[in-house]
Amino acid sequence: MTRPDTLQPRPRLRERLLQVSAAVSTPLLPDDFLGLVDPLRGSVDLRARVEQVRPEAAGAVTLVLRPGRGWAGHRAGQWLRLGVSIDGVWHWRSYSLTRPPRADGTVWVTVKPVVGGFVSHHLAREVRPGQVLRVAQAAGDFVLPDPLPARSLMVTAGSGITPVMGMLRELAEQGELPDVVLLHSALTREEVVFGEELRALALAHPRFTLLERHTETDGLLQPSELDVLVPDWRDRAAWACGPAGLLDALEQHWSDAGLTLTTERFAPVLAPAAEGEGGVVSFTRGGTTVDADGATALLDVGESAGVLLPSGCRMGICFGCVVPLLSGSVRDLRTGDVHGEAGDLVQTCVSAPAGDVSLDA
Amino acid sequence: MTAVLERPVTPDAPPRPALAAVPSTPTTPLTHAQVEELGAKLDALREEVLASRGEADAAYIRSVIKAHRTLEVAGRGLLFAGILPPAWIAGTACLSAAKILENMELGHNILHGQWDWMRDPEIHSSTWEWDTMSPSDSWKRTHNYEHHTFTNVVGKDRDVGYGILRMSEEQRWNPYYLGNPVYNVLLSLFFQWGVALHDVEVEKVLSGERSKAEAWHTLKAIGRKVRKQFTKDYLVFPALAGPFFAPVLLGNLTSNLVRNVWSHAIIFCGHFPDGAVQFEEEQLEGETRGQWYVRQMMGSANLDGGPLFHLMSGNLSFQIEHHLFPDLPSNRYAELSPKVRALCEEYGIEYTSGPLGKQYLQVLRRINRLALP
Repeated sequence: MTRPDTLQPRPRLRERLLQVSAAVSTPLLPDDFLGLVDPLRGSVDLRARVEQVRPEAAGAVTLVLRPGRGWAGHRAGQWLRLGVSIDGVWHWRSYSLTRPPRADGTVWVTVKPVVGGFVSHHLAREVRPGQVLRVAQAAGDFVLPDPLPARSLMVTAGSGITPVMGMLRELAEQGELPDVVLLHSALTREEVVFGEELRALALAHPRFTLLERHTETDGLLQPSELDVLVPDWRDRAAWACGPAGLLDALEQHWSDAGLTLTTERFAPVLAPAAEGEGGVVSFTRGGTTVDADGATALLDVGESAGVLLPSGCRMGICFGCVVPLLSGSVRDLRTGDVHGEAGDLVQTCVSAPAGDVSLDA
Repeated sequence: MTAVLERPVTPDAPPRPALAAVPSTPTTPLTHAQVEELGAKLDALREEVLASRGEADAAYIRSVIKAHRTLEVAGRGLLFAGILPPAWIAGTACLSAAKILENMELGHNILHGQWDWMRDPEIHSSTWEWDTMSPSDSWKRTHNYEHHTFTNVVGKDRDVGYGILRMSEEQRWNPYYLGNPVYNVLLSLFFQWGVALHDVEVEKVLSGERSKAEAWHTLKAIGRKVRKQFTKDYLVFPALAGPFFAPVLLGNLTSNLVRNVWSHAIIFCGHFPDGAVQFEEEQLEGETRGQWYVRQMMGSANLDGGPLFHLMSGNLSFQIEHHLFPDLPSNRYAELSPKVRALCEEYGIEYTSGPLGKQYLQVLRRINRLALP
């Protein structure tokens, strides 16, 4: 009880001030008005200003962001949902945070343009310092455990290096890197995002091993090669991040060995023939109805029609997009299974209509 | 005011004889094929705008939002110095302009879903709430659905007279309507109350079409909004001015009145000047999209003016374009207007338009004339 008595009423005063500011700004919120002077304040979504745009290898860029008030921090390996307005329309995508929390308060994400990736191309080419983007709180459990296992293995490919880079940088900040093997695949040596930094880390930290696989010359990595490349892989705690094909093969390999592998996926695994007949989708709250095919996720169907739907990872993991089903059935695009009873919470990002559907959204 | 609103209205007038004798009955010499052709051309205009919505439109609505918030802050700030007459006048003017922008160019249009395509939860019909007593939810039902679907159909479109005024010869006269001009002045001054209580749909409750529970739910929602607006405008802001509370309170009251009178004038000029016609319920039977378009054009009237006037009218000065395309962004009505006018000429449909003063006088003349049988 060292706090002086004079400070006691402060929380009450603060509460009173909040009440008054809400009363004078109704039906808007105080942050709507504060946004006039501070562009990092908004009433719904968190904002972040782009401080720097740093080019990386293979056409990737790192966006150095300064989040506004309300940012709750993150852990290395987690991802960030980033919203950007393109031609007037907000688009949200998730990207890995590639640095641990920093003293200067900036948050770093690395975006690698993907083939046909409208949003990633925009972020990598059009975004300029000073621009204000929207962000959600960091999420994901692809993070290093504490304490760290004595020996670990990270298998990555392409932009799959991004969350792992965050982890490695965190470990390097703490001092000498422990016994970590990073097996990374990229098309060529030049295509390795963070290639120079990784090679420098390997030189500086004797217990960190970098194994580069250049698929243009060496072909795609097969899990069976692990016995040669990392003979003690069975004894290492393992993480993997990369394209779905690689992750599927690795998961199978680890599971066959009776071991567990922690993976981070950037896209949902779609069933090869998960297509069927679509139907009329009704979003009952706003009264919007749309004809949809059987291959497009309900989230995309709704968003294209201007319906405001909750969304998250957009790959069926985070359950941030669930909406109650009122009638009809949906097809899970990952498995092709048709399911649905009134009242079910449907993951709109990986479900397509199987016939006419109405949603409480 | 409430007593007037709660006056029972008979929604079902006995069937009328052939329509041709009634002066306000629509007559178009168009064939069915022509109507559908016109409809297809209007659909094409709509598609053109939908395909070209983009960053410039988004920047526009963000700039209006910023203008509203800046004007509101400026108005409130100036009114704290309202003991000085120039500050009071400037503050009240800013606040009136802010409230008008907020209701008309922002609230009305955002609640129509005109900006939903941006997927911005801060500018979306499902999340927006506006500074008027009508709660956004019930407004979307009575206005977006009832008024915009059944536009000018007497007995179906409750905006024809708001259940208070006689605005069409098809509304049967009774001695109550002798007060028509007086009711109009009252409705104008208390327009936000009129609009809010309109959503309660008292006549539907009396006829059993709407449950008492639903009406009570709407009334409670209105009550909450009234409480918040009154707390803000008549309690907290005056209190913050301390000894100078009186000019603040008076400025806030004036701004609400100015907004009421202005929005009433703009809205009444949208459907009731000479040239805008009312319809009977028969019109709705088997109505095609083409015929719906024709009804919207015949039943609406534009107001002439410059860009600032259009902005302050919430682009309801393009009432015809708004009624044809209620969900297109309001900033696009100006470019649609000459195209719609050309189509009207081509198909021999009257494109009613005139300056505010002239149109409002015609509305008043109609209100006065219809006070008598």
